[in-house]
This record gives sequence, structure tokens and C-alpha cells, in this order.
Amino acid sequence: MKRLINLVVNGESHEVAVSPEQTLLEVLREELGLTGTKKGCNQGECGACTVLVDGKPVSSCLVLAVSVNGKSVSTIEGLSQDGRLHPLQEAFVKYGAIQCGFCTPGMLLAAKYLLENRPKPSEQEIKEAINGNICRCTGYVKIVEAISAVAQGAAL
Amino acid sequence: MDKKASKSKWNLTPEGWNLEGVPAYQDEKRYTQVGRSVPRVDGPIKVKGEAIYTGDMTLPGMVYGKIKRSTYAHAIIKKIDYSKALELPGVLTVITGEEAPNKWGIVPQAANETALAVGKVRFYGEGVAAVAALDEETAEAALELIDVEYEPLPVLLDPFESMERAKEVLIHEDSPGNILHEGEQVYGDVDKAFAECEYVLEREFHTNYPQHGFLEPHSALASYDPQNGHLHLWASTQVPHYLHRQMSIVLEIPMNKIRVTLPAIGGGFGGKGEAAASEFVACLLSRKVGRPVKVTYERNEVFFTNKGRHPCHMKVKMGLDKDGYIQAIDFDNTMDKGAYSGWGIVVLFYTASMLHLPYKVPNARFRGRSVYTNKPSTGAMRGLGGVQPRWAMECLLDELAEMMGISPYELKMKNAIESGHTCINNMFVPHTEYKKCLQTAVEKSGYLEKHGKLSFGKGIGMAGGYYITGTAYTLYQNYKPHTSVMIRVDTEAGVTLFCAAADIGQGSNTVMAQMVAEEMGIHFEDVNVQAGDTEIGAFDLGSFASRLTYAAGAAIKMACVEINQKIKETAAGMLGCRADQLIIKNREIYSMYESKKRLPWEKAVEAYTSINGSLVSLGNFSPPRRKGIDLITGNRVQGANIGHSPTFGFSAQVHEVEVDVETGRIYVKKVTEAGDCGTPVNPMSVEGQVEGSIMFNLGACLYEDQKLDAEGKHLNPNFHDYKTPTTMEMPEMDTNIVESYDPTAPFGVKETGEGAVQPTFPAITNAIYDAIGVRFYNLPITPEMVLKALKEKKTTSCDCKCSKEC
Repeated sequence: MKRLINLVVNGESHEVAVSPEQTLLEVLREELGLTGTKKGCNQGECGACTVLVDGKPVSSCLVLAVSVNGKSVSTIEGLSQDGRLHPLQEAFVKYGAIQCGFCTPGMLLAAKYLLENRPKPSEQEIKEAINGNICRCTGYVKIVEAISAVAQGAAL
Repeated sequence: MDKKASKSKWNLTPEGWNLEGVPAYQDEKRYTQVGRSVPRVDGPIKVKGEAIYTGDMTLPGMVYGKIKRSTYAHAIIKKIDYSKALELPGVLTVITGEEAPNKWGIVPQAANETALAVGKVRFYGEGVAAVAALDEETAEAALELIDVEYEPLPVLLDPFESMERAKEVLIHEDSPGNILHEGEQVYGDVDKAFAECEYVLEREFHTNYPQHGFLEPHSALASYDPQNGHLHLWASTQVPHYLHRQMSIVLEIPMNKIRVTLPAIGGGFGGKGEAAASEFVACLLSRKVGRPVKVTYERNEVFFTNKGRHPCHMKVKMGLDKDGYIQAIDFDNTMDKGAYSGWGIVVLFYTASMLHLPYKVPNARFRGRSVYTNKPSTGAMRGLGGVQPRWAMECLLDELAEMMGISPYELKMKNAIESGHTCINNMFVPHTEYKKCLQTAVEKSGYLEKHGKLSFGKGIGMAGGYYITGTAYTLYQNYKPHTSVMIRVDTEAGVTLFCAAADIGQGSNTVMAQMVAEEMGIHFEDVNVQAGDTEIGAFDLGSFASRLTYAAGAAIKMACVEINQKIKETAAGMLGCRADQLIIKNREIYSMYESKKRLPWEKAVEAYTSINGSLVSLGNFSPPRRKGIDLITGNRVQGANIGHSPTFGFSAQVHEVEVDVETGRIYVKKVTEAGDCGTPVNPMSVEGQVEGSIMFNLGACLYEDQKLDAEGKHLNPNFHDYKTPTTMEMPEMDTNIVESYDPTAPFGVKETGEGAVQPTFPAITNAIYDAIGVRFYNLPITPEMVLKALKEKKTTSCDCKCSKEC
């Protein structure tokens, strides 16, 4: 039996009929067409599906859609504003923090949460903030550099 | 060019002067697009979440496919009953292996895999049937309704047991002894050389069973048009061409009726380097139901069907003369092939070729066998065939240096090859800066000051390595060029490069745009790249063997000759001077003698297009093919041409570790790397490749290992139980690009994607020895192994010769 829920995704309100076992990841990708959120393992281990719910990072593959009824969800599609990239997005491009790009959306949202809550994180804090996000391509070096650069207000 | 490394300008050498009087590689004015850390062309869409991967796609009328998997690792399929599945509302069709029995395999001589199992399963999780249904849930539910009756067979999980019990049970009827292939290569007089050696050491090494762990699971979307018989496949693959070819064989559709397109690819590392069952199943189902079908693997399916790195059981003997020069190597390798052949024969002989570099080896003997077991097949994984023997050899050299009482650095420098080296198997190295790599890594890390002198629990280790820059041969008998490119120039699309090359995340589209721009005298932003499509792009073999930059670079240079000539001829008429006196640079065409005679490049293009229409040119690349022979006798040696390459990349690494003697945990604290990748077309991308390589094999050295139970069931098919490194395992990294230019290569380039994985295992292993005086010969080196070794060390007296308090 499907249930009607209300999701505020990237500031836009959506009424969606969801079944009780549907995850937030499935609703974002399949019902709303927001495929920027990636499914890497569907077990909450890889971090590719990270989104922010009421500002906090969650693995959307582990969150039931019905449990976020009425909550606000931020996905990668909402990170740039008015056609302009978020400073983190700019830094990821500029510092070469992207290779295959599959971890990138989740990484960016985890980093966004960090900088909103700790604007001047240490390198260790940056590493801790993204340690739930696996990247197999970059060895993380350039990702940490990119986040650091934004935190230090480097001109991008 | 790397700005840091290229400060020694105007250092003239008689070779390589260009028109402006400086060697081309030192002339920043000549290279304006190559050698720049430009951001990736696909960066913006990837940070916005707008890059479309196969799993993100939907087509009108699209349905979903799922694969029923075997619960036995080795069994005869007695019966498959899917009548109940067909009755489930929403199920469109079910297929089994019998519907597509043609065998496929990337090496055609040994092809023995089928889209779905036929008659027998050979590993746990092998596909036995597949369903197409209106939605994924229905497809999954239908799998539960398929009854498969098995007759279990003995499960062989160890290659030695597999050979021993071959009389009793064969994994493949046509492979006696359960051996895919056995090979021997002998060069020189190995026994005589050993007899004359001053230092001889023999050890056994055993490697583990890691897999790639790319983040995007395999996904395939197939659309068959029953009216015209065309099949369009979108797939997450590294090898559009080989996939295309296999699809034609399995589906019995001519290649010109099949089109393979690559959307964005979420990593491969070799794991998408041959066709996958998902791709065959999507195509078979689509042909059967006449609608587009998508098959996307769950993470555990990626593990069940992964084609990870071959576990190798190696006996290695090395002999040095009294001065420390390598005289002979004897190498015996038993490789665990898993269930199907795949890349097997090639990987076997790669492990043989790895003996010959990066040191001078006058006598060598290789004996090896690739043995079938009831495991997921092993295949191509970053640094294919190199990582295992490199680990053994670099660890052995460390031990030999200790026997001689000299530094491992001294021993390696002494034996390192130089440019223009011909190996005893006729492998030719036109150019190397390997010694510079060793020197840079050692100097920058302070290796000589630290080695043997750190406190107990802290250690430093070094190792070197190399890798090919493409292969000399295609995997099936053919003489065609390995890469073709087409470049179109006109006023509509500007400059567009068409090439079926696969950007799997390594950044080849960006690098190709830089090379086109360089050769045409324009900016990389001016170049559109149409890649990863077998119908739009001109032919390319695929992304493997670190081949693409070199191969595409050569083809691009060739295609640009005609384009530049025609644009110059047009401009010459407009400017009133000779075409051969014109230079194109920075979007401008000018006379090299009269600088006032100049015009914007696009004006010449406009004029050319107005007269002739679009300007199109082709270029291609065929690597040099050398004979696989024993250089001394001239006799042909089987498999000796495997490992030949137009040129080679080199890397040296120093790892510093800390071993927690209470918990046994090993922490890699700092890595200093120096690499010879020739000209770095995009230094930032090179760094990304190197840093990624180091983390990749750091994981495989210390954590990653697939585990099966006694029945062959996969025990850790997920990222929770199969541990890959996170940011918390990151060492401090200092990677360095040494100044290098291969004059025989397009733009002076070499590989960088796989050379830097080679030294990581041995550098860590040697560092652990330096830290706690224990040498490990098994991977991964786990905390349990460390604790056990430390306990044994305490109970026996220390004889490790290390100068530490053990």
C-alpha cells in the first residue's frame, strides 16, 4: 500500500506516493529523476548515495522514504545556485579531485556539511568528515586538498 | 610540462633542436597545451551530478533484467524449471544458457565463458538464468520462482589441489590437469650462471585475492530494434571494441549491426576490461522481448563475478656476482585462474616478462602455469601480471642487499637499466629515467639516513617498478592499427575528435583534447571530443595496458598533418606567402620570417570551409612489433612477445611505516614517489593517477582479500567485510614527476596509470622488515600475522641481523 509523503528537495516541495520499503535513494533516483545521487553498494558502506536530510549527511540507501516525510533533503543537484558552482564544486574541478566522478556527489555533500559546521577544519577533521565516502580513483589526496582550499578561503 | 621539474631551460643538446633552437621538450613556447594541469573536460558535469552513467539512463518502454545465480561453486545443472516465474504478472521472459551457447573470451584461443552457465556451474554466483520484467522488484521475485536442480561436484579452491585432483574432477573437460596453460621460457644458461654467483637467494611468495572495487557496479542497457535488426548497447566497460566483438560472437549479429556506447564510467581498474554477463544478458533479453532492457548489478553481484587479481604462488631464485650484478633469475609461478580463462594466458606471460625489467638480467628461466579453480575468475587488475612478480623481486633484492651488506638503493642503482636497453627476451626500452626515479625518491625521503636506523616499530622501505605503455599485439590475430582517430574541422562544430577510446575516469578525453590542440596550434577548450562509441568514434582497442595516451597521441599527430597542411595552404593564399613558412600557434597563423603576415586560425578555417566544406582527416597508430626470441640464440620463445611495448613508464617509491606492536596494525605514514611518465600531458592528472595507484595497492597489501568458505561461497561480497582504504588510512604523499622525454614517443609521453602500483607492495613489505625485523612472504600483511610473527620472534632468539632491539 503506497503512502503519500511530502519531500522538500533542494527547496522544492514534492508530493510522492511511496511504498513502505522504498528508500530515499530509490525515491530520489526513480520517482524524482534526481540521478546525481549514486547507488554504489546499497548497504550504507560506500557513501556514494550521501545526501543531507535537514542539513545532516545520511546514506540515502539506508533511509526509508516514509521516515523523511516533511523533511528537507539536499542533493547534488541543488548545490550550484543560479548557474554558479558552489565553491566546493569549483575547487573539486580546479584541484583535480574528480576522476570517475561516481563518489563525487556524496563527497561534496559530506564536505558541505563539514564546512557549514566547522568552517576552519583541520586536515584531520576533513579526513574524518569524508571517511564514510570511498573513492577508489584518487587516493583522496586531491579531495582533501580541494576541501582545505575552500576552508582556507583560497581564491578559486 | 611540469613547471617544477623543467627549470633547467636552454640546456641545449645537439639532438632534438627544433626550429627555435632549443630541444622541443624544454621549449615552453612549443608546448602550450600539453604539459598543463588543465581541469578535466567532464569536471563541471560531474560535480553537478549531471554526468549520466548507464544506471542513470531510462529509455521509452524500458524493462529490467535480473540474473539467477548459482548457489554451488561446482555442480552439474540437472534441470531448470522457470514455468512458475513466467506466470508471475509482469514477467516478460526468462532465458537460460542454452539460448546463447557460443563461447566468448577476450583471448579467443582460450574462450570458454558463456553468457549464462550451460550444463554446469563453475563458481558460486555464476548466472544460470535471467528474467526480464516490467520492474526490478518483479524481476527479483521471479528469480525466487526459478527452480534449479544441481548435482554437486567436488569444489576445487586451491590451484595445487586442483592439479592434484584433476584425474578425479575436471573443471573444464577440454583442460586436462585443470590447467589453462603452462609455459616455459629459458634465456641464456641459468644453471651455469647460478653456479658462478657469489650471492644466491631463493624464496617463496604468495599473493592474495583482491578485486577492483570500482564504485559504479556493472550496468548495461540494450535496445534491439526487431524491425531493422540493429542492437544498441550502452555499457559500463573499458573495452567497447572487445565487448562489441564478443557480442557479435555470442548473439550471432554482424558487428556492423551492433553499436556500443559508453556513458560516463564509474571506474574500472581492469574489472571492466572484458565483457560482462550483464551485457550479454541485457542484449539477449532485449532481442527476445523487443524492448530496451537494463541490467545493473548489486554490489554482491560485482563481487561474485569480479575478475580480480590472480593469487600467485611464486618460487623465486636470484643470483648476484661478487660485485652485486644480477646474473640469473629462476622464477616459478602457479597462478590461480578461477573458473574461466579470460585474460589468463596473457597474464601468465606478463608475469614472465616482468623478470626482465627494470634491471639488467642476462640469464632467466620462467616456468608457470595458470590453473583453474572454482572461484570467480581472475583477470585484469591494475598493473596486470606485474604486481605479483614485482613484489617478489623487489623484496628479494632487499634481502640480497642485506646479504651483501650494502644499501638496497645501491644494489638497485647498480642493476638499473638505461635508455636503449634490449632485454634478453628482445624487449626494447627506448628511453628510461628509472635511475632518476630511484634517486629522487631516495633523496627526497631521506631513505639513506633513516634506513636501518629508526626505532623498533618504525621502518622505511624502498622499491621500484615499471609498466608497459600499451601492447605490441592485439588479443586476436590481426594487423590492424590499434587506434584510429578522425578529426573534423569546420565552421559549424569547430574541431571535433572522433575516437572510440574509453574514458573510464582516468581523464583520456581531456588529455586527447590537449594533444589535438597542441598539434593544431589552438586551445584545448576549442576541441570537442566524441569518444566511447563504436559507431561514431574511429576504432580503438580500449582502455587497458596503459596504452591510450601514447596510442591516441600518435594517431592524433598523424591526423593533424593533413589538416595543418590544408589550413596552411589556405592561409598562404590569403597572406601571400609559402605554406611551409607558416606556423600555427595560439589560434594564430603567422609567417616564421615576416611576423606581420598573420591571421586568426579560424579565418583560415572559414576560408577553407567556404571553398571545400568540412575538413576531415584520419590518423592511426600501430605499435612496433618485435619478435619474441631469445636474443642470444635467436630462437623463438613462446609468449616472449607478451610484454613488449612501444615504451615503458617507471616508478620508485619509499614508504615509511609504523607498526603498533600491541595491536599488530600497520600504518603507512608517508610515501615518497618519483615517476617517469615521459612528458606529463596533464601533470595534475598524472598526480591523480599516481596517488590513486598508491592507495589502491596499499589497500591490497594490508587489507583487501576475498574469502571463500570450503564450499566456495563468497564470504565478503560487500564493502563492510571487504575493507578498502578510506581517508583514515591515507599516508602523507609526496609524488614527483621526474624530468623525462621519450624522443620516440608522441609528445614524449609514456604510461602513468599502472607503473605506480608496482612498487607499493614491496616498498611496504621492506619497510615492515625495517620496522620489526620480520619479512613477510604472504599477502595481505594483517595485524594477526604481525602479532604472530612478533610472538615467534620473542620465543626464538633474534637472528634477523637488523641492528635493532627486537
